[in-house]
Amino acid sequence: MPLIQNLTKLLIARIDEYLDAISEGMIVFNKGLQNYLDNQMDAFRERIALVDQYESRADKLRREIENQLYSHSLIPEMRGDVLGLLEHLDDIIDEAKETLTQFSIEVPDIPMELTEDFASLGKSSVQAGEELVSAARAFFRELSRVKDHIHKVYFYEKETDRIASSLKMKIFRRDMELSRKMHLRDVATHVAKISDEAENVADRLSIYTIKRSI
Amino acid sequence: MLLFFLSSGLFLGWSLGANDAANVFGTAVGSRMIRFRTAAIVCGIFVILGSVIGGSGTSATLGKLGAVSALGGAFTVALSAAVSIFMMVKMRLPVSTSQAIVGAIIGWNLFAGKTTDATLLSKIVATWVICPILAGGIAAFLYVIIRFIVNRSSLHLLRQDQLTRYGLILVGAFGAYSLGANNIANVVGVFVPSSPLHDLVLPLVGKFGAAQQLFLMGGIAIAVGVATYSRGVMETVGANVVKLSPLAALIVVLAEATVLFIFASQGLNGFLASHGLPQIPLVPISSSQAAIGALVGIGLVRGGKGIHYSLLGKISLGWVTTPVLASIITFFALFFMQNVFNQTVVMPQKEKVGIHSQIMYKSASEHITGIEGSSLSESGRVTPNPFRHLMDIKRLNEKAVHTGRFCLLNNFSVGKPG
Repeated sequence: MPLIQNLTKLLIARIDEYLDAISEGMIVFNKGLQNYLDNQMDAFRERIALVDQYESRADKLRREIENQLYSHSLIPEMRGDVLGLLEHLDDIIDEAKETLTQFSIEVPDIPMELTEDFASLGKSSVQAGEELVSAARAFFRELSRVKDHIHKVYFYEKETDRIASSLKMKIFRRDMELSRKMHLRDVATHVAKISDEAENVADRLSIYTIKRSI
Repeated sequence: MLLFFLSSGLFLGWSLGANDAANVFGTAVGSRMIRFRTAAIVCGIFVILGSVIGGSGTSATLGKLGAVSALGGAFTVALSAAVSIFMMVKMRLPVSTSQAIVGAIIGWNLFAGKTTDATLLSKIVATWVICPILAGGIAAFLYVIIRFIVNRSSLHLLRQDQLTRYGLILVGAFGAYSLGANNIANVVGVFVPSSPLHDLVLPLVGKFGAAQQLFLMGGIAIAVGVATYSRGVMETVGANVVKLSPLAALIVVLAEATVLFIFASQGLNGFLASHGLPQIPLVPISSSQAAIGALVGIGLVRGGKGIHYSLLGKISLGWVTTPVLASIITFFALFFMQNVFNQTVVMPQKEKVGIHSQIMYKSASEHITGIEGSSLSESGRVTPNPFRHLMDIKRLNEKAVHTGRFCLLNNFSVGKPG
């Protein structure tokens, strides 16, 4: 029994670290996007490296948690759900890393007039991700608060969709080459994808929450 | 010889351990919250403790319903109960050992020509009906309280899991104790009146009564049943039959254990009596039906969806069919046991007789003395002659049934009655 007690303590700490990694990854993504829009390319490259580190760390922690949960038969009736939750949260930081990498490889040429829109798109998408991390924390610690956070995830996802649609409309109404328009649209879709992923995970989390309540 | 006759009771104990331990540890083991080994050890120890420490209350009730006076009869009663359980299981009807054994005792009463105490019987049947309802009420109450606490606490999921494991072991131990205390009467209760065992005085332990020795044997039989055959049942219950969260499972076991304890605890009854409150009949009840009652209680709090009401109907049918079937089987089994296998299944009836004496005799010193006296004794019992001379034995209704020379004393010659 003392073994389980220590293991429980360790795993609680690991899950917290994992959620911290995702949350910090989101913040760094947003900063990186801002650096790109402000044309601060050195800072932007640093942010990409940092997001990469957070992503690797999250992967490592997730595998460790997964192994410990299964090898010690912890939360047997919930571990499938917990692992599903952690894996899908990982998708969000993967998406963030991929988006920044896309910026770094494709170097989209964003017109000055649209930087503000791109910035608010990134901010709203990240806010959905951050609310999801808060919902996940509540799922582990304070079940009654999960709903509040999930509600905000849905709100920011809708907000992101609204900003993305308006941005795309602006892009296609501008006097630019079609290829550039399509490129910018593609980038905007990528940035908004973080909130879409957050919405998917929030849907699952709602079900897990019902299952977790006794 | 005792062990041979006891074998049917021990078999009942074994099957009780194999089946009913799943009501206590089934979900915990089936959902892999507790390892089977841990569950079997805790269950075995506490079932034995419950049987030895708390088993006498329900056994006394069965004894009042019908004191099976011969070992052969007790063997047949327990065996018939086991056969009726087997038949009910074959017919896929919910069955309880408690109901089968009560029916079997009534069968013995019918065979022996004894009247069954209708008031006691109605009390027992009422208890069977009340038991699942009470378990449901307790479970619903606990569910609401625990859900309130859990939903408002900031307990981490993993910490909650850890505490639930400890809780499942503690509640399981309580459940096993209560199961032993309440259901040991089903296993060896019918053997208590005819048991040839004597009280023992053990070092450190003190007096270890004859009935307790039987309870210990029955408890060990239950523990063996748990260790050898309950794993499959537990895994089936936990994984396939009931999908419950471990916390809900803990509530079900706690409610079931509480009900088993209430209907077995002499201490609780003593407490109620000392406070002038009505006493609770100590009756062996069905742990499975208590568990089902608890599940329904939780189901109703959750909104009443997913409850199979037809199963409840089948259970109430079992309250009547099981005892009736068991009593019929017992009646015929006793007939065969007595007439085909020439076993004593009913001891000859004992009755109170009056012993009256009035006699004159002369001692060696030629002194003539007259003695007169009366005493009470039981027929069929060898008693010392209280008057130390010839005497008449009469029934209390004054009809002489036997006149005999019980004892003549040295140095005395017997004179004619005065």
